[in-house]
Parts: sequence; C-alpha cells; structure tokens
Amino acid sequence: MKIVVCLGNVPDTTTKVKFGDGTAFDKTGVQWIINPWDELALTRAMELKEDAGNPVSSVTVVTVGGKDAEPTMRKALAIGADDAIRVDTDARDAYAVAGQLAEAIKDKGFDIILTGIESSDYNGSMVGGMLAEMLDVPSVSAVSGLTISGSDVEITRDIDGGKEQVSVATPLVATVQKGIAKEARIAAMRGIMMARKKPLAVVPAAEVETLTDFVSFELPAPKPPCKMVDADNVAELVDLLQNEAKVL
Amino acid sequence: MSVLVYTENWDGVFKKLSFELVSYAAKVAEMMETSVTAVSIGDVADDELAKLGNYGAAKVVKVDGNTTLDNQVYTGIIAQLAEAEGAKVVVISHNNTGKALAPRLSVKLKAAVGAGLIALPSSTEPFTVSKKVFSGKAFANVVLKTDVKILTLAQNSFEVIEVGGTATVEASTATAGEAKTTVKDVQKQTGKILLNDAEIVVSGGRGLKSGDNWGIIEELAEVLGAATACSRPVSDEGWRPHEEHTGQTGKIIAPNLYFAAGISGAIQHMAGISSSKCIVAINNDADAPVFESSDYGIVGDALKVLPALTEAIKEAKNK
Ligand SMILES: Cc1cc2nc3c(=O)[nH]c(=O)nc-3n(C[C@H](O)[C@H](O)[C@H](O)COP(=O)(O)OP(=O)(O)OC[C@H]3O[C@@H](n4cnc5c(N)ncnc54)[C@H](O)[C@@H]3O)c2cc1C
Ligand SMILES: Cc1cc2nc3c(=O)[nH]c(=O)nc-3n(C[C@H](O)[C@H](O)[C@H](O)COP(=O)(O)OP(=O)(O)OC[C@H]3O[C@@H](n4cnc5c(N)ncnc54)[C@H](O)[C@@H]3O)c2cc1C
Repeated sequence: MKIVVCLGNVPDTTTKVKFGDGTAFDKTGVQWIINPWDELALTRAMELKEDAGNPVSSVTVVTVGGKDAEPTMRKALAIGADDAIRVDTDARDAYAVAGQLAEAIKDKGFDIILTGIESSDYNGSMVGGMLAEMLDVPSVSAVSGLTISGSDVEITRDIDGGKEQVSVATPLVATVQKGIAKEARIAAMRGIMMARKKPLAVVPAAEVETLTDFVSFELPAPKPPCKMVDADNVAELVDLLQNEAKVL
Repeated sequence: MSVLVYTENWDGVFKKLSFELVSYAAKVAEMMETSVTAVSIGDVADDELAKLGNYGAAKVVKVDGNTTLDNQVYTGIIAQLAEAEGAKVVVISHNNTGKALAPRLSVKLKAAVGAGLIALPSSTEPFTVSKKVFSGKAFANVVLKTDVKILTLAQNSFEVIEVGGTATVEASTATAGEAKTTVKDVQKQTGKILLNDAEIVVSGGRGLKSGDNWGIIEELAEVLGAATACSRPVSDEGWRPHEEHTGQTGKIIAPNLYFAAGISGAIQHMAGISSSKCIVAINNDADAPVFESSDYGIVGDALKVLPALTEAIKEAKNK
C-alpha cells in the first residue's frame, strides 16, 4: 500500500499575526512549521510503515506551495517520509489547494490519502473532503485511529457524543485529528542527514480556479482587563457571574 | 430559490445545534428574501421534523433510512435536494459531520464555502462573510464568488430564535448511492453533557498536579450542569481522555462560561476557547498569561478554590 500525506506549511502557532495594509498576511520574520495535524498524520503513516504486519511500501508527502515551503518538507523527509512532491504555486483558497493536490496525486496509485482536519492558518477544514470528492473516493472525517486490514482500512472516527469504528475500502481520504498518533515525531540527526538525499519533486501548477477571495483582515478587539476576585471571597465571583456577566 | 439547511439528528431527535442552524438559515433567507427548506436524513418522526418550523423552516424534506453517515451518500442526497429546491445557500454545522459533508458538497455543487462562521454574512452583494483565521488571532472578510454558496456555522455562536411557525413535512424522492462506509461498532457517551453542547465548561490543567485530583473539577461541573475539559498536557499524560482536550489541536468550543483552573493560558489553549462568552481563570501565579484573556480571575490554589466555589454555588442556588 502507498500512503500520501498532504502537508501544509504554516506559521508557528505562537506567531503574532500582522497584516500590513490589512489585505494580506505579513510573512516577515515568521517561523514555518508542518501543520500540527499533518505532523500527526505523518507520524501515524510512519508507524504503519514500520510495523511489519502492514503492507505499506512507501510514504509520500505532498505540499502545494512556493519554494519557501521546502524546509518544512525536508523536515517531513527527516521524520521519515520516503519522497516529497511540491506543487509549485501559492494557492489562495481551499478549493484551489484541493484541485492542485488532486492533479498531483491522481494516477499515482495512492491507497491511503491523509489530510489534517484543519490548517492552522486559514482554518477551513475543507481540503480533505474536497480532494476526496474531486478524486471520487470515500472520505472519513475526524479520524482518531487508523489501522490496515487487508485492502480495507479500519478507522475510529469521532462523532458528536461518541466514537464509531468504521471500515472503508481503499483508496480513501482520511482527515485526521487528535488521537491518531500519541505524539508528533521529531526528526533525529540521522533522519536529517538522510533527508537531504531524498527525492523532492517540483511539479508545475495545474489550471485550477479559486471560489473565494480573501479581501481583508482584521484583528479582534482587545479584551478589557480581567476583574480580579480575592481567593477568600469566592461568593463575590458567584455574584459577579450571576448578576454582572449573567452567565449563571 | 431557497436557503437549504441540513439538520442532523441524534437517534431521531434534534438538539439545540439544529435549532441554531435553522435560526441562522432563517436570517440568511430574510437577507435574500426567500424561505428556508430543511433537509433531514435518517429516521425522524414527523412531529419532531415539524418542530423546525418554530425556528423558521417553511418546509422540511425528509429522507428516511440511511442512518449510517456515509459522506458520499449524504452528499449525493443533499446535492440533489439543493438542486431540486434551487438553493442559493446551503447551511451546515461546522461540527464533525458538517466538516465531512460541506467540502464534498462544495465540489459537487461548485459552491464556495464560508467555513466556521460565527455571524451572518455582512453583505449578499457581493456575498461576503467574516471568518476566523489563524486560530482566532484574526478575522478575514471573504467574498464567496460562486452562484451557490455553502455556509458552515460554528456551534454555540448563533442564538436560537423562536418564530412560532409550522413547517410542512415532505418525503423526498432523492436517491441514495451505494454506501462505502461500514459501521462496525459505536460507543456513545451516555449520561454526560457533551463538551460541544455544554453551556458551561470546567477545565483543568497541569496545575491540578494529578489525575487523582479531578474529583474537584467534576464536583464543580456537577453543581453547574457543566461539561469537563482539560489542557493538552493533561490528556497527553492520560489524566483525562483525549476528547476532553480543548485548544488549537483539540476541541474548539464556545460555551457561555469557561473555567480554566491550573491552566497557564498558552496561546494554543486559548485558541480553542477564546470564543467563550465569559472566561474565569484560577491560577496560583498572578502573572500567568491566562489572566490576560480572561474576564474574571482568582489568584490562588485551585485545589482549595475549586471546592470553595462549588460550595458557594450550592449556597447561591439554595437561596
Ligand atoms: C488569503 C490567502 C493567502 C494565502 N497565501 C499563501 C501563500 O502565500 N503561500 C502558500 O503556499 N499558500 C497560501 N495560501 C494557502 C493556505 O496556506 C492554505 O494552504 C489554504 O488556504 C488551505 O487552507 P484551509 O484552511 O482551507 O485548509 P484546511 O481545509 O483547513 O486544511 C486541511 C488539510 O488540508 C491539507 N492542506 C491544506 N493546505 C495544504 C497545502 N497548501 N498543501 C498540502 N496540503 C494542504 C492539510 O493536510 C491540512 O491539514 C493562502 C491562502 C489564503 C486564503
Ligand atoms: C503546535 C502546538 C499545539 C498545541 N495545542 C494545544 C492545545 O490544543 N491545547 C492545549 O491546552 N495546549 C496545546 N499546546 C500546548 C501549550 O503550548 C501548553 O504547553 C499547554 O496548554 C500548557 O498546559 P497547562 O496550562 O495545563 O500547563 P502549564 O503551562 O504547565 O501550566 C500550569 C499552570 O498551573 C498553574 N498552577 C500550578 N499549580 C497550581 C495550583 N495549585 N493552583 C492553581 N494553579 C496552579 C501554574 O501557575 C501554571 O500557570 C500546543 C502546543 C503546540 C506547540
């Protein structure tokens, strides 16, 4: 089986976001990381490959992004992916990213396509499902467990108020979340050395359109200062919650 | 023309989430001078379906059976109904189900998605929505360029509005494709308030020192009718199940009231809870960053403050 992990290159989660004139995200000084869920997806893919009980032959990572995404992709190779594909374009919405991914991975015989449940930059939660529909394959969302059983994939998905064990034939798209792997893997020195020699193919962008325009950005209004209550007077807090905030 | 809203059911019953969605759809329909058609898939009794009228649905189209969520089957049904109704806008929840269906529907209908919205569109011409980006650190104004639009609504972000109408219920003629998802087992949480549904949430962090101390979180939750939650290290340590972890990489929630006890207030934690209407922080470090984004704070030992708070709330309730 061949696994492909769709990997977003996103600003570090502690980034102080700025928007210059308010029309675009200001990338100056930003540290870039693998989107946290995609890192967990990659970790799970590596676990599946390393477990000899599974017939996983390769793990590929694919990113839609400019050359500046390559350090993040090398990190994924250092964690253990066998090869990488970069679709050379700065996509501007989820539909366009999914379209590029679909073009890049179709006809390559991938059995399990993993995406994260949300990209930490534009918070769409849309790419995985869109990709599945474009490829006309099944999709399972909110996946917190994934094992291989013959040509089927056994999945634990979170539903509102519980969990379900479902079985789906490959090929499929699984959109993963917390729980899929215990902790994201960190690249070891050996992995970092090896990553330099692993293949990173750059493919030209396909003709795909965007369905949305992000026209402007705003920062939320600052929060008023916190009202402090004495630890010996919790009754006052209860009173404030009842009569001032009116939430009790 | 119409606004279509997909209303999920839980064992044949709707919940507040469904009514929020219909209320939202009704307001969007008002902006577009049209009416709301609700779509329900699964086995729901007609009198339950008719309730949606109270929140502004003019018509409910039901598709019986298909109780297993298969994303392709559900997408196929909703797409057929959207086309039959001439829907210009499709409203879906931004919960797990919605995140599974909306993107497939987007491709099928070639409809732009406004994802995870917390308010009505700011204009319909051009169709513009405000959406959270960078995990709540900013908002973006997004123009949806297609003729048909999909809006996914974040849970607990829109009020339920009762309008007192009644909805007509029709059985649909939509055909379902073949399901490719086989459900083998279901584990439902029973008797507990779900984190996503909860109006009040009591959450604990590493400051509680050990999973053994969770009794005081649960007791406070009990008197408040609240759900319990935790920070990521707490679930990583196995003190609490991973479903309880809130934050950027966990659940994103918007209760009316969130108690953060022994939680430092890391940006990744706050990303999951900053839409709460009121945040109360309890921390023994007066300089903990959590106070910067809270409404009320107590500097003190959570192991003492939480039980005292439980008692104070019991007392206030008995008055
Ligand atoms: C205004 C704007 C400006 C942008 N500018 C740039 C830019 O300058 N450079 C640039 O490279 N991108 C840019 N993007 C693309 C952006 O980084 C995201 O990739 C894209 O918007 C998808 O985000 P989402 O929140 O909809 O994804 P979601 O649907 O939340 O993502 C879910 C999953 O899809 C996969 N995924 C998402 N994005 C990618 C990707 N790019 N490659 C591979 N897999 C992915 C991941 O597995 C992720 O976990 C821009 C987007 C917007 C809206
Ligand atoms: C990519 C990424 C994603 C992440 N996603 C998440 C996420 O989704 N959710 C999340 O929670 N974290 C997330 N984190 C981790 C986050 O950065 C913090 O490490 C984490 O939130 C800290 O948890 P905490 O507040 O429980 O623990 P700590 O930071 O250790 O804080 C414990 C607090 O308890 C206080 N305290 C100690 N003793 C007491 C006492 N007796 N009474 C009262 N207070 C006391 C201390 O003063 C301190 O403020 C993420 C990190 C990364 C890098």
